Amino acid sequence: MTLNINEQRHEVTVDARATLLDTLRDQLRLTGTKKGCALGQCGACTVLCDGQRVNACLMLAVMAQGKSILTIEGLAGDAGLHPMQAAFIEHDAFQCGYCTPGQIMSAVALVAEGKAGSDEQIREEMSGNLCRCGAYANIVAAIREVARREE
Amino acid sequence: MLPFAYTTVSGTTNAAALLAQAPEAMFIAGGTDMLQLLQESVIAPSVLIDINGLPFHGITESDEGVRIGALTRLADIMANETIKRQFPVLGRALQETASPQVRNMATAGGNLLQRTRCLYFRDATVPCNKREPGAGCSAQDGQNRMNAIFGGSPDCIAAYPGDMANALIVLDAELEIRSGNGERRIKVEDLHREPGNTPHIETCLRPEEIIAAIRLPFSAHARNSHYLKLRDRASFEWALVSAAVAVEITDGTVRAARVAAGGVGTRPWRLPDVERMLLDRPLNEAVALTAAEASIRGADARPGTQFKLPLLRHAIERALLMAGGLQ
Repeated sequence: MTLNINEQRHEVTVDARATLLDTLRDQLRLTGTKKGCALGQCGACTVLCDGQRVNACLMLAVMAQGKSILTIEGLAGDAGLHPMQAAFIEHDAFQCGYCTPGQIMSAVALVAEGKAGSDEQIREEMSGNLCRCGAYANIVAAIREVARREE
Repeated sequence: MLPFAYTTVSGTTNAAALLAQAPEAMFIAGGTDMLQLLQESVIAPSVLIDINGLPFHGITESDEGVRIGALTRLADIMANETIKRQFPVLGRALQETASPQVRNMATAGGNLLQRTRCLYFRDATVPCNKREPGAGCSAQDGQNRMNAIFGGSPDCIAAYPGDMANALIVLDAELEIRSGNGERRIKVEDLHREPGNTPHIETCLRPEEIIAAIRLPFSAHARNSHYLKLRDRASFEWALVSAAVAVEITDGTVRAARVAAGGVGTRPWRLPDVERMLLDRPLNEAVALTAAEASIRGADARPGTQFKLPLLRHAIERALLMAGGLQ
């Protein structure tokens, strides 16, 4: 079957049981998308599917056919880092970094949804992404800055 | 995860026929609960039938009310302006459901049919009558803090975990149910069953039936409806207790009242005693308090769920005060 990942078509052969997450990591070697809980609870595997954030661990790869998937590897353009990536570095919005790709994908979607109106709203709308290092304050600061710049 | 085949369908008749051929087959739509159940080996279907190709998408409006296709994503329902204005309890319940990622994937029909979060149901290494009929119920004397205080039996005290169903009940919502043989309508309130001695049978749906749509009628009580969810953390968590209320107040008197609770019943739990205490009375602090006291009548709490009695009373009281414009 064919998957459309980061605007490139990939021919893959998968078991019906394979999740999109495992297919990205194990077959396509796109290991930026992280595997945390594999149960939709931590958000480390967040990718965009037709522009909407989803948990790649809760999607069968066969059900991603015909969709346009964007992962952290597809976020930076020719001009360099995506503004959200740059803001995470600038604000030191991580410690170990394991949850960071998922945080950034979720944050990009959140700003596009126009739901970064206040710190309280950012926190609520980022509730699907856990950070065990507890970098939340800096994550909120990074998202706030990108949202303000885009206004 | 045990091996399964995967297939897609584009018509209800096809879907029903496929299911009839393979009794161990299951439908998959948003997949958010299905993938968890598969990952944890709680279920082992022979075939997954992807029903996303069925024409059950989107929200339409008529003079009587709103129809929500069963494959509509939760995020699209809560963003709908008519839903927010005419059925605020539903918008609020969905806002407090799961995470943004899950709400982009999960469907209306699938949300209604999600399985319990009882620890023992989700752990395939321990006995559970719901997972394996006759195996026994580990929750009766186990870690049952998240379990039910209404509608339980010696075979099962698993709580129905969802938010949306509680909201739909106070909105008098109906379901369009399709199969190869045609269509029937049922109230959302009649969808779920108490466990009795067959806890593995959770709804009144026959195996070949599919939820096609939810129908919401406009009403004065629907417009004045509220949802209050109490949980262990501020967001992205299951309800310990939740309250759904819809109240019509005309000339200072309650003319219609619907009250339901989540997190406390083996199915979405309507509270008719509370409703009766409100009818034909003014909705003031004293009436809200008295009515809320009736919410725990008939409850069967264990040591692990004792805390839900005062929590439920206070949740109902606060939700009623919100409906009365008093909070």
